[in-house]
Amino acid sequence: MKFFRMLGRSIRDAFKSVFRNFSLSLASISCITITLIIVAISILITFNVQNFTKEMEKDLTIVIFLDSNTTEEEVQDIKNKLEKINNVESLTYQSKTAIKEEMRKESDIFNEVMSSWSDEDNPLKDTFQVKVKEVEKIKSTAEKIKRIDKVSTVKYGEGMVDNLIVAFEAAKKVSYGMVIALILVTVFLIINTIKLTIFSRKREISIMRLVGASNFTIKTPFIIEGMILGILGSIIPILIICFGYVALYDYFDGYLYSQMIVLIKPEPFIYMISGIVLVIGIIVGMIGSSTAVRKYLKV
Amino acid sequence: MDLIRVKNVNKQYKNGVTAIYDLTLNIKKGSFAFVIGGSGSGKSTFIKMLYREEKPTSGEIIVGGINVAKLRNNKVYKLRRKLGIVFQDYRLLPKLTVYENVAFTMEALGAKKQETRKKVLRALELVGLKSKIHNYPDQLSGGEQQRVAIARAIVNEPKIMLCDEPTGNLDPERSMEIVKVLEEINKTCGTTILMATHDKEIVNKMQKEVILLKDGRLIKHLEKGGYEE
Ligand SMILES: Nc1ncnc2c1ncn2[C@@H]1O[C@H](COP(=O)(O)OP(=O)(O)OP(=O)(O)O)[C@@H](O)[C@H]1O
Ligand SMILES: [Mg+2]
Repeated sequence: MKFFRMLGRSIRDAFKSVFRNFSLSLASISCITITLIIVAISILITFNVQNFTKEMEKDLTIVIFLDSNTTEEEVQDIKNKLEKINNVESLTYQSKTAIKEEMRKESDIFNEVMSSWSDEDNPLKDTFQVKVKEVEKIKSTAEKIKRIDKVSTVKYGEGMVDNLIVAFEAAKKVSYGMVIALILVTVFLIINTIKLTIFSRKREISIMRLVGASNFTIKTPFIIEGMILGILGSIIPILIICFGYVALYDYFDGYLYSQMIVLIKPEPFIYMISGIVLVIGIIVGMIGSSTAVRKYLKV
Repeated sequence: MDLIRVKNVNKQYKNGVTAIYDLTLNIKKGSFAFVIGGSGSGKSTFIKMLYREEKPTSGEIIVGGINVAKLRNNKVYKLRRKLGIVFQDYRLLPKLTVYENVAFTMEALGAKKQETRKKVLRALELVGLKSKIHNYPDQLSGGEQQRVAIARAIVNEPKIMLCDEPTGNLDPERSMEIVKVLEEINKTCGTTILMATHDKEIVNKMQKEVILLKDGRLIKHLEKGGYEE
């Protein structure tokens, strides 16, 4: 009972001082807001990228064309070598005859042209289709395969995949850097906000000490003040996530650029992101305020 | 029963000034003692060590069963809850009313509203200020402000009151009123009172226990007496 009474008082005091030093509080809150918006956008992008790279991974295959003069034993040999490569998840073999038959079934024109081809003058090549475990390593896997004897060409849609992965990695690094820098600035601003509160209440604090208030009682309002700054700072980012993402999702109908990039469904995704953003706001607020308390409130 | 026991206490400040030399004395429960001596004799230092504002450089101090010299910073509040402390400059919160200033102690200790109300009103009655509970400190005379500070100190029913020149800013008449209030508290509540002062008139008139310091040394400790140098 007593604990909750004290907590109630702390929260009341904390709110009072947020508004008493409103300009500085506002600076802290704005800084948290900006930080959290960037955090939120980074998380949104990262999760979506992760989601659709996973989707892409399912479709992505390395296609291997063998030399025309490859014998059946050599095919078996290549198969064994491919299976030994770590990143190879599964593979399927199609002989040039099988491919020819398949293509003939697909279109009448092919059927007519290819009907005259005998096995010897079939210009098609035997192929392996390889699925990989980790799409990030697809390039080095492709290169390894290229070095195998009798392999003539290896294709995996390199340009697009490579570029996408590099772009996302770069974007990730930049956003991490920005978030860390912004968090530092925010913590600094919160420390100063709380410091001002502590100084403006110096007399009160010294009397509290004198009459025997415990350290917990003295510290708590300031810690809570930091948390309140964090919570107030996360309101706008959360609104942006909730309304912004839903609007974006509806606008694009769930896809970016054709069917290839699938967006994550807003529910419950936006609630999860909002939760993360709120927790980060509170933690940053607490780090700032407890640092200030430790530094300026000698208890 | 000695409520305060001081044994071989020395106090040297960081700047090298030694304010107390080898002080040993005991104060009984229920006493009313004046701590007297010239300016710089160490009265404030002595009082500050009792409520653990300053730590003794060496020696032992026991206040109400608590070993003050060894008390850790985060346990100081336990000592303070047994004490009521009053200063020359009142130290009231200007934005709070008389009632709120006294209730501040109770709130800081997490007391319930009804209990707070009951005790605050009783304390204000004891110091004779029940009619001004809604005034702000700047609407009160110095003597009245000091009585608010005394009410704040006693509202939690401390065993000991430590007063550092509580009448220092008051004219003789108001000073006498304050000392009478303290005497009343001492008599009705049995609170042990220690008051540092250099007001000769008061000490002579009251004829109470006297602790005389000079240049940081205990010169005299009388059961009953007046002001002497
Ligand atoms: N915080 C401090 N740091 C250094 N020296 C101090 C400090 N406080 C007091 N002193 C010194 O200690 C000595 C005793 O001071 P103290 O304040 O205890 O005297 P006092 O008896 O209360 O004097 P007064 O009657 O003027 O209030 C003085 O020489 C003073 O200069
Ligand atoms: Mg003094």
